[in-house]
Amino acid sequence: MMREQVAQAPTAAPALLSLRGVGKVFSNGVTALSDVDLTIREGDFLSLLGPSGCGKSTALRLIAGLSTPTSGVLDWRGGGSLDRANIGFVFQEPTLLPWASVFDNVWLPLRLKGISRARAAPAVKEMLARVHLTGFEDAVPRELSGGMKMRVSIARAMVTKPRVLLMDEPFAALDEITRFKLNNDLLELWQDERFTVVFVTHSVFESVFLSNRVVVMAARPGRVFDELAIEAAYPRDEAFRTSPDYAALCRQASDVLVNAINSTTGPHHDGH
Amino acid sequence: MTVIDERALKLDPEEARRVRQERFERIGRWGLPLAIMILAIVLWDRICVWNAIPQYILPRPGVVLWTLYNDAGLLFSALLVTLRITFLSLALAVIGGVGLAVLFAQSKWVEMSFFPFAIVLQVTPIVAIFPLINIYVNNQTTKLLLCAWIVAFFPILSNTTLGLNSVDRNLRDLFKLNGATRWQQLRYLRLPAAMPYFLGGLKIAGGLSLIGAVVAEFVAGTTGQSSGLASRIIEAGYRLNAPRLFAALFLISLTGILIFLVLSLISHLILRRWHESALKQER
Repeated sequence: MMREQVAQAPTAAPALLSLRGVGKVFSNGVTALSDVDLTIREGDFLSLLGPSGCGKSTALRLIAGLSTPTSGVLDWRGGGSLDRANIGFVFQEPTLLPWASVFDNVWLPLRLKGISRARAAPAVKEMLARVHLTGFEDAVPRELSGGMKMRVSIARAMVTKPRVLLMDEPFAALDEITRFKLNNDLLELWQDERFTVVFVTHSVFESVFLSNRVVVMAARPGRVFDELAIEAAYPRDEAFRTSPDYAALCRQASDVLVNAINSTTGPHHDGH
Repeated sequence: MTVIDERALKLDPEEARRVRQERFERIGRWGLPLAIMILAIVLWDRICVWNAIPQYILPRPGVVLWTLYNDAGLLFSALLVTLRITFLSLALAVIGGVGLAVLFAQSKWVEMSFFPFAIVLQVTPIVAIFPLINIYVNNQTTKLLLCAWIVAFFPILSNTTLGLNSVDRNLRDLFKLNGATRWQQLRYLRLPAAMPYFLGGLKIAGGLSLIGAVVAEFVAGTTGQSSGLASRIIEAGYRLNAPRLFAALFLISLTGILIFLVLSLISHLILRRWHESALKQER
């Protein structure tokens, strides 16, 4: 496998999506997002990091087109919206069809596009191999561990070869060992396929390990607080996870996050 | 699943007690009801003998069994008539219940508008509706089917509607993201998701369709138009033929139990691969 020793998305990469003055107010009066300006570049691994209630999941749903902004615009490549076929989405829970086999779950997005089982098989098998699930085609979700279910979920999101992968705290419910493994595998996949990732998380360590850009958000109202460039080279592996560089970057991100939490104007400062 | 050889393991007293308890429970699940049943039958027999109760009031169990054998031709042909109505009405209840549920699932408006009518049909006692059906419907089979159907379709409709509407929100979003059509969403998501609910409704409807068929025959039978088990019961009642009455009753109960067991088995076979509720028996 070929891997570059430099960060994949230099600042010169073309913009894929620009959020300009995006806000979202729910019918109950809660301002989930307020005046968000953010440019996502081709090939970015961008993390949205912030406390609960900062609107990071709302932002992801807006990008996915599952929700429409109250104000502002989402500008895909300077006009129009990206075809939904070009977006993969990974939820916090694996969200698999419990009655369907691993193969059928990964086949689903292709099946919905009218691609037969036989014609989809090579793509499905290849994707399962990429997430290290070869041999589990016929298993049903309840026979799998939490980490394996999440791998199926990632394979399903990636089987259509989307240009953008949106992930909503995908590893939050997993134990640390499993999470580390999935982090590594996700990075490997990203470096091989060169898609763009928007990754929602509340873990400083996870965001720093994975991303080239960490966007820190603050709550009440949900907004972009600050952005950090994580310039450490890829591939990042277990050695990076224990390196002083990583520790320093985590401290830096952590400080920004603490400032973001303290900047919350509401009555509660505990992030709940 | 790994099978642990208990003898090879040296169990501490607590674990040993647990293993023993589990073994007792396994036996008890079948053994206890069976023992109680046998005890009750023996007691029944003894009460008849001790009190010298005449056969036309309370026949001994042996006599009932003997009658079942002697009148087999009469009773089983009647049972077939009742079974035909039962299964036809169950099939129609499945078609009608699922069909209406799918229709309701298409729009909240349709559901809000028509669901109350289904409830009205459900809560009105079938015996009270039958005279009307008797006026409007000529064909005997159609009459009985309609009655049994009205009784049986509601649990299927209500359960399937609930199932179709209780799909995981994220899964809905996933289908939307992948540009699924309404039909695809129904076919690949909502119908399979509703399966456990539907099967739960089916189990209830199975028993109800038998009850519906028998009740319908009863009401029709008073006008002498039926040849099912219920009419045999009425006949036997007129003639003070208690043994035959008991034999017919026994057949109806047995049929009800068999229907329930078969539907439970079907439900278990369909759900065992994926649904938690089907797994409890394995643990």
